[in-house]
Amino acid sequence: MSEKEIFDKVVKILGPYVRNEAGLKDIEHKTNIVTDLQVNSSRLVDIILAMEDEFDIEIADEEADKVETVGAAVNLIKGKIG
Amino acid sequence: MSDNRRVVVTGLGVITSNGHGIEEFTSALRNGKSGIRFISELQELNFACHVGGIPLATNEIFSKYFSAEALLAMNEAMRYAGIASIDAWKDAGLEVPELDDDNVHWDTGAIIGAGLGGMDTIGNLVVPKVNEKKVKRMGSTAVEQTMGSSVSAKIGGLLAIGNQLTSNSSACNTGTEAIIDAYYKIKHGYADKMLAGGVEGSSPYIWGGFDAMKVLNSSSNDSPEKASRPMSASSGGFIPGSGAGVLYLELLESAEKRGARIYAEIIGGALNCGGQRMGGSMTAPNSTSVQRCIKTAMGYAGIKSEDIDYINGHLTGTMADPREVNNWAKALDVSPDKFPYINSTKSLIGHCLGAAGSIESVGAILQLYNGFIHKSINCEDLHEEIKPYAASVVQQTIETDINILAKASFGFGDVNGCLIFKKWKK
Repeated sequence: MSEKEIFDKVVKILGPYVRNEAGLKDIEHKTNIVTDLQVNSSRLVDIILAMEDEFDIEIADEEADKVETVGAAVNLIKGKIG
Repeated sequence: MSDNRRVVVTGLGVITSNGHGIEEFTSALRNGKSGIRFISELQELNFACHVGGIPLATNEIFSKYFSAEALLAMNEAMRYAGIASIDAWKDAGLEVPELDDDNVHWDTGAIIGAGLGGMDTIGNLVVPKVNEKKVKRMGSTAVEQTMGSSVSAKIGGLLAIGNQLTSNSSACNTGTEAIIDAYYKIKHGYADKMLAGGVEGSSPYIWGGFDAMKVLNSSSNDSPEKASRPMSASSGGFIPGSGAGVLYLELLESAEKRGARIYAEIIGGALNCGGQRMGGSMTAPNSTSVQRCIKTAMGYAGIKSEDIDYINGHLTGTMADPREVNNWAKALDVSPDKFPYINSTKSLIGHCLGAAGSIESVGAILQLYNGFIHKSINCEDLHEEIKPYAASVVQQTIETDINILAKASFGFGDVNGCLIFKKWKK
């Protein structure tokens, strides 16, 4: 799977949780999920579960804690699916 | 009790099986429209009762009221309660605040309760995940959807509530109790405005316990609209219903200052318990306590029996109906020919459990405000013990002025609530 495909799928997963919808327009790797997209931080748990389901991977708690930006999520997933 | 702080109703919100919104619900009441339908899921699940009342609420309605993000963490009860609260808020002439508006309504509280609450979340999410040893897969939304205050907590955020925010629970008296407690709150000066009401979802996990108790009518599965039969000789139990009713209560001074439309004044409300003694039990009312509750409410309101024009009964369609009518007659101490008009809104929408008292209060206020009493359907064959009161049982909708009405609810735990509403006159 290409990085672009992973990126697009991550954006799709984030979609329903994003309160600042304008932030979705110029979303990029360095976009912060909580501060830029205004995702409720308690929902990061649900986003990680959705990523596990979508990419059929397991994400450990310590790995999940480091997912602050869209790029961090993409890189974590890319490393796991090889 | 303080006489100088008067409490009026300035907003109403309702969603139930025969209507959503004041206009639809008023018309459904006036026409005696039943919301009871065949529910295939109940048949598939081997329930004895296959009919019930569920709002015709589609995802389209939900997405009009709530963002996609909010809906991810809102079960059925939270959705209905949110819709009725927002409707009551707007009906009172107020604007729903934006999420990024930091203006908190410090003078406004909310008491919105549920009878059984988020059983759908418990049954579909919490129990399976815990039993599968996959707690982590439960996600972040289980607590906010199952805590006792789930419905009021959501509303507090939607409407920026700044005074007390809580959920009460007293079984089938929940909705009535919420209104009475909110009324006291304003009357005694602790708040100027209160949202008050109750909600119940339609999950088979909620209704199953009642089916198991054999208190649901299972003999009318082929004719859903005839299944809810309060006061009838042929009634074999109640029909489960669902939805939410919410009232916006306001200090008279505040309502007059902003020129709000006033539906009715609350002039009295009483709550009590029969202690599960003197014939009362967990599931049956102590008649003495029912009569005391009604008489206490009348005493607080400063009215006499003959002042009551109309009773919106609890009247569920069980064998408790004749006992209830008898309790009203004893509490009012009137002969059958002087008995006020009486009807059962449950004949149209079934028993909405924790939402019943508030949905029925919304309906009662709409009748008082618009000058009619809706027909109580499916009681052509009045129960033998209710026959002496036949002239008072409203079987065809009548257009009539109501000055004062009494609304009562009774719940498991042997608890009672009685509200007295009065037509607003300057």
